[in-house]
Amino acid sequence: MDLITVTDKGLYCPAGDFHVDPWRPVPRAVITHAHADHARTGSKHYWCSKPGLNLTRARVGLGGGITAVAYGQRFTLGDAQVSLHPAGHVLGSAQVRIEAHGQVWVVSGDYKRDPDPTCAPFEPVPCDVFITEATFGLPVYRWQPPEEIAREIFDWWQECKAKGECAVLCAYSLGKAQRILAELMRFTDEMVYLHGAMTQLVKAYRQEGVAMLPTDAIGNQPKFFDWKGRLVLAPPGAAGTPWIKRFKPASVGFASGWMRVRGSRRRQSWDRGFALSDHADWDGLLKSIEQTGAKRVLATHGNTDALIELLRSRGIDASELNTEFEGEHGANRPLDAAEEASA
Amino acid sequence: MRRFAQLYAALDDTRATLVKLAAMHRYFATTPPEDAAWGLFFLLGNRLKRVIPSSRLRTWLGEATALPDRVIEESYAHVGDLGETIALLFDRDDRHEPAEDLPLHVCVERLQALQNSDETAQREFVTQQWRELPFLECLLFNKLLTGSLRVGVSAGLAARALAEHAGIDTPLMQARLMGDWKPGVENFATLLARDASSRPVSQPYPFCLASPLEDAPASLGDPADFLVEWKWDGIRGQLIRREGQTFLWSRGEELLDGRFPEIEAAAASLPDGTVLDGEVLAWNAQGVMPFAVLQKRIGRKTLGKKVLADAPVVFRAYDLIEWQGEDWRTRPLSERRDQLERLLAGADPAAALQLSDVVRAADWSDLALLRETARERGVEGLMLKRLDTAYLAGRKRGSWWKWKVGALTVDTVLLYAQSGHGRRSNLYTDYTLAVRDGEALVPVAKAYSGLTDEELNQMDRWIRAHTLEKFGPVRSVEALQVFEIAFEGIQASSRHKAGVALRFPRIARWRRDKAVADIDTLDDLKKLLPSP
Ligand SMILES: [Zn+2]
Ligand SMILES: [Zn+2]
Repeated sequence: MDLITVTDKGLYCPAGDFHVDPWRPVPRAVITHAHADHARTGSKHYWCSKPGLNLTRARVGLGGGITAVAYGQRFTLGDAQVSLHPAGHVLGSAQVRIEAHGQVWVVSGDYKRDPDPTCAPFEPVPCDVFITEATFGLPVYRWQPPEEIAREIFDWWQECKAKGECAVLCAYSLGKAQRILAELMRFTDEMVYLHGAMTQLVKAYRQEGVAMLPTDAIGNQPKFFDWKGRLVLAPPGAAGTPWIKRFKPASVGFASGWMRVRGSRRRQSWDRGFALSDHADWDGLLKSIEQTGAKRVLATHGNTDALIELLRSRGIDASELNTEFEGEHGANRPLDAAEEASA
Repeated sequence: MRRFAQLYAALDDTRATLVKLAAMHRYFATTPPEDAAWGLFFLLGNRLKRVIPSSRLRTWLGEATALPDRVIEESYAHVGDLGETIALLFDRDDRHEPAEDLPLHVCVERLQALQNSDETAQREFVTQQWRELPFLECLLFNKLLTGSLRVGVSAGLAARALAEHAGIDTPLMQARLMGDWKPGVENFATLLARDASSRPVSQPYPFCLASPLEDAPASLGDPADFLVEWKWDGIRGQLIRREGQTFLWSRGEELLDGRFPEIEAAAASLPDGTVLDGEVLAWNAQGVMPFAVLQKRIGRKTLGKKVLADAPVVFRAYDLIEWQGEDWRTRPLSERRDQLERLLAGADPAAALQLSDVVRAADWSDLALLRETARERGVEGLMLKRLDTAYLAGRKRGSWWKWKVGALTVDTVLLYAQSGHGRRSNLYTDYTLAVRDGEALVPVAKAYSGLTDEELNQMDRWIRAHTLEKFGPVRSVEALQVFEIAFEGIQASSRHKAGVALRFPRIARWRRDKAVADIDTLDDLKKLLPSP
């Protein structure tokens, strides 16, 4: 019997009568991490990792009860033994290990294998069936070491400074922004300015003891503040809005795994792209799957076809699991210029 | 190769003209001439012949990466560019980078030699480069290999960067770059020389171009200040006679030697050191013939008796830009025209070299009436050229005007193609066409009619061979094919990126004689907007 099935509400474990990262309200929800497509409001009771408690509470609100569990600590739901294990994705991110009826299944949530000073590293958990994300499940996605990317970001900031420009770096508010703030500590102790969407999240990371560059809110600065040579962090959605005009002259960069492909960067008109991702790259996916020893793999999130094809060529029973998880935003969008000209 | 790969990336990464110029300055200042000459060759928009078909590259890619075909296909579909897909797949930490950079000119030589090697040798060389070259160089190598390199600058901007590097004027550099410039250390040194004497015998001058007249002609002042001619509908050409040789250039900077033997024969009677600007036209005893007749001669190098008889051509000269070996471009048009008339006066009216006649009228309203007769005369309208102006390079407003009749037309370049409907659903027949806006190309119209079936088939093959990226049914192609589109009107539009919308755009003709540098600009188009 399968320990996980997909219902209209999300990934469901019949043995334990609970959901993992449900996309509709349910009685019992085990949460892998606090990203919006994984932690949603409205459920009755939540379980999450201890380091992820504040972030998850901020996301799901105060309506439901939350039980925070230490990594590796077993707890019982129905007939299932459940435990959470570090996924290395963002602060508090967890894989969910489920044991019942003599089988072990692991739901990876989102994960990565590169070192990240803001969260505990991914822990391979042996299992029979591994439900893996595949956001970057193509062999063209291979990450450079994060310290090299951090060096590129820092160099770009210094170039902007030399040219009298403001360096506006777009990055996801939860996880990526904090990782950049932590990685840049290798090079500087200068103040970084934050978009309003990030200030609370950065504070939550500091409360968990994550060391980062000093930060201040953009809104705290006086009206005619000189933005030249400063580094500003903003969510990707801020690009192209009137809000960003205040930093002119500015160079606008984007830190995302999608920036590995030049076409994505060019089509979306970023001045600079930095291929920094909180998801596993192709090699990371394959290595992790191998380390779990799973004979059966179910892939979610994005580019699953190539991964499934490769796993099958290695004799693994691989197939796709349809979910509503979104992966990393900012993937290839078809060009609209042709459409536009025909209007 | 490293320097050129970095330049390629820098040009690709920015839209700012000054940043592009700075990147080119850096390149020319730090690159040895044998490489810089090839760098320039590519910056000017030239490309190598495709050495190896991409289907073969895909096979080798599967073998070299040991990835299932489906995984490679998925990757290619996702990235949209074969050269980049390959470079990404080989961009691994465990790559053995060679100690030394492969110089660009050596890389080019090896690629050219590869054409004559057998498949095993080709494969060995190519896959070795894939395994060894760092990412950007690998990307560049693949683009050279597939003949699909497109750098993010216009030839004009490249010429400007090189002129600034050499410390000479940009028009002089443009003049030196006219024609089929061949990369090599000596030719490159000639370009950079500060004295102007070292010029190849075949070299043409940059053409003087006319701006469309959108206001009433009275706004130009006294018609007596203008030389008025018919606007011919043929191929603009420059006919050069120097050192006993004849060269005929099209405006697309293509040498038309051998295509129009009648004209070359007639030009033999010109004295050495003569350069004429004029129009190649199909012409018989009744006068000018439609452009479609001339089209039978375009692109044809072997000429049968029948074609020569059916489509006889002439060169109608309207300007003299070099005389007795001297550059006459700075002299006023009145003086150039006088000398041109003395030169061609008394020429046989049936000869293949003729003087383009002057249109005379008392005032603008008489000229307007004459212009109405343009269609029956087989011309496009009138040309108005200020008699007191020099022969300027490019389109400088104020000296030459074209006052056309009928549908408005604009020269555009093909950016995207989409497959058609019904009987043509397997052909790429719907074109998105763009004009130039600074360094950028801006789509202004989508058109799907006007080409013959044969032309559509040719274009379909071309599109498939020159696709840059695929988005569902749409392909983006290299910006190389120029089409003249006709339209009934133009309006300002905030819904279109270009800021203008064309009414009933259609393809008037495929301008194989024109290069992308010749297309119209967004400013040209905006000047056609009705005044508010
Ligand atoms: Zn996530
Ligand atoms: Zn996710």
